[in-house]
Amino acid sequence: MSLLAEQVFQVTGSLGSIGYGLAAIGPGIGVGIIFGQGVQAIARQPEAYGVIRQNMILGFALTEALALIGFVAPFVFGK
Amino acid sequence: MSGSALLAADSSCHLNSGCGFPAPDATIFNYDAIWQFDIAGLTFHITKPMLMLWIAAAVVVVFFVLAFRKAVVVPRGIQNIGEYGYLFVRDGIARDTIGVKGDAFVPVLFSFFFFIWVLNFMSIVPFLQFPVTSRFAIPLAFAVLVYLLWVPLGVKRQGAGSFFKAMTMPPDVPKAMYVLLIPIEILSNFIVRPFTHSVRLFANMFAGHMLIVTFSVATWYLLSPSIIGVLGSAASFVVTVGLTAFEMLIQALQAYVFTLLAAVYINDAVNAH
Repeated sequence: MSLLAEQVFQVTGSLGSIGYGLAAIGPGIGVGIIFGQGVQAIARQPEAYGVIRQNMILGFALTEALALIGFVAPFVFGK
Repeated sequence: MSGSALLAADSSCHLNSGCGFPAPDATIFNYDAIWQFDIAGLTFHITKPMLMLWIAAAVVVVFFVLAFRKAVVVPRGIQNIGEYGYLFVRDGIARDTIGVKGDAFVPVLFSFFFFIWVLNFMSIVPFLQFPVTSRFAIPLAFAVLVYLLWVPLGVKRQGAGSFFKAMTMPPDVPKAMYVLLIPIEILSNFIVRPFTHSVRLFANMFAGHMLIVTFSVATWYLLSPSIIGVLGSAASFVVTVGLTAFEMLIQALQAYVFTLLAAVYINDAVNAH
């Protein structure tokens, strides 16, 4: 049984790239929501462009941090 | 082995010539010392990124000294550009984020913004072609500077008790929740904050440089006398040019984001909330 499990669940190759793919799902959705809502807000209130853009980029930067930590992790823990 | 030596060794590799794709890895960010010397038993290595750091500092200082050396009421030429940059940082970052108290912090934010932008921009300057901020020590040093600015500043302006209370105990929360919230807030505001602040800049520049190098190597590797080789090489070249344009956007954006976050942290320190 354990031999079977070893053979079935053995993963070879670059696990880091799979990890990054998983890490990018959440931030991908988050960044999409942020820019989508940001563009909608600008379309509704073009006069508030400056404030909306600033907060949009701030939210984007905070969300993106997760993806970037995911990107760095394989390099840090890879070897 | 330094990055350029690594690429040179693989430069005879082409499609169908029997060797695999020489994918660039993290070693392309390591440079051999150009010059080294010892001071008090420590060996100092002067590398290409180190030299570029000095060049960037000189570029920023010289440019703005020239711009504001003979400042006149109606600006002409280079002073226009200098004032535009200054007003962007003052109105777009300092005043929008910190308010009227922000004017005192314009010099530090201004220095961060333009220094980081020039460091990032070196990624696409011919012959330099390396983003200095993709060496982690450099953005880390910037983030530590910002950290050492806003934490003591908050203690000084608000008093240690109310500053740490404001930073760790969000208002209007049931008392029982503080058991959970205080450790999370300490972790996110005082421990992870300088880390994400620097990693954001570092990882963006690291990833951007890696992408450009990968497609540049692909352009060269795929160049071979076959239809798929020629088409693939041309496509990689177009992607390289497109990514370079995209990187220009990212470089300015990351310099802006770093400065904006520095302003947000300073705002936490100077404006009690």
